[in-house]
Amino acid sequence: MSQSYDRGLIEDFSRWREFEAGMWAWIFHKFTGWVLIGYLFTHIAVLSTGIPASGAETAVLQAGTDVYTQTIVSLEQLLLVRILEVGLLAVAVFHMLNGTRLLLVDLGVGLESQDRSFYASLVLTGAITVASVPTFVAGAF
Amino acid sequence: MSTQIPKETEETEGSKADAEAGVPSKGDVRRAEKRRRAAEKREERRAEEAERAAAAEHTIELRVFRYDPDVEEKQEPRFDTYHVPFEKGMTVLDTLIYARDTYDSSLTFRHSCRQAVCGSDAMFVNGGQKLACKTQIVDLEEPIRIEPLPHADVRKDLVVDMEHFYDQMEAVEPYFQTDELPEGELEEQRQSRENREKVKMSTRCIWCGACMSSCNVAAGDNEYLGPAAINKAYRFAMDEREGEDVKQKRLEIIEQEHGVWRCQTQFSCTEVCPKDIPLTEHIQELKREAVKSNLKFW
Repeated sequence: MSQSYDRGLIEDFSRWREFEAGMWAWIFHKFTGWVLIGYLFTHIAVLSTGIPASGAETAVLQAGTDVYTQTIVSLEQLLLVRILEVGLLAVAVFHMLNGTRLLLVDLGVGLESQDRSFYASLVLTGAITVASVPTFVAGAF
Repeated sequence: MSTQIPKETEETEGSKADAEAGVPSKGDVRRAEKRRRAAEKREERRAEEAERAAAAEHTIELRVFRYDPDVEEKQEPRFDTYHVPFEKGMTVLDTLIYARDTYDSSLTFRHSCRQAVCGSDAMFVNGGQKLACKTQIVDLEEPIRIEPLPHADVRKDLVVDMEHFYDQMEAVEPYFQTDELPEGELEEQRQSRENREKVKMSTRCIWCGACMSSCNVAAGDNEYLGPAAINKAYRFAMDEREGEDVKQKRLEIIEQEHGVWRCQTQFSCTEVCPKDIPLTEHIQELKREAVKSNLKFW
């Protein structure tokens, strides 16, 4: 099959202009899934650096000079981190909404409107992301 | 057209005479109205004819994939351009037949019934799997790019090897089997109307292979049964006349490693199916059936 005759990259990749909704949903779901896994490991790695704070004095913790608080505060000062947080929210929201859509597909509910539910999850993701911008970016500039 | 021109001048003279006569009578008004309407109609007809003449000159530009492994000069795949005069109701297959009969008799493609029944002319038209005999030219953007089905071995030009597709279809045993026969020898084996409705869409498959070609998963996994074969399995697994044992056997076939669970619900097959079979829906239903038959809470 595909292995025995190769028409070059057109076979698999340059057809994206012709992709239908279901295909885009699948691609976005895969992409957001990998981003979330990547974030999970970064999250664990970054937070692990704050473990020594667990042995710190109460006074130090209250003063906010312990390593955990310092790490978080210094990260939050970076504009890039603030923007990435917005991106992370967008990715997570889309993954959740499309995951719900896939759940319905698995249950055989509303398969004839699967494209519309994909567009709906895109629009909802966009709306929630835009609404979150003030919260995430406040005071970053 | 030429016969209408003198008549027209006559009428304009007539209307001039009416205007000179001063206050127009009711009849004159009516006649003037009639003339005006006739002139309008003539204008309309002329526009229509011009349109038709333009349509007659209108040609379709085709870019057709060419490849022939037997001729050394043609082993390198290329695209040939053909210009085919447009006719109302023309399909992609019609343009190909015209191009073959008029320009290049070596242009090779499969076709038989030309009415979307035999399923031999599935092609990749403007980036989508289409049944050439069912795809109207007016629905397509020009130039029309025609290629053989992707993810299949090309034999020549637009002809692909269907062997693998047929193997997958055979793998699900696409024929009626039952262990429950009716009593009398001449008794019919009837199906309930509801059951017939349930499998109705799945029986429409014409084995064109468009779904298999569009499936991203089938492209990467040659052992995957593919949408058409699973749909075939659905057609029989859902047939109540087959009995429990046969259904169990069918579920075992479709729930193996390269069966229904490979489907990732991209809906590509459902989008391209020329017979509008809800393939994804059928695959999903078989997934649920497979789970149900395996889950035992006792």
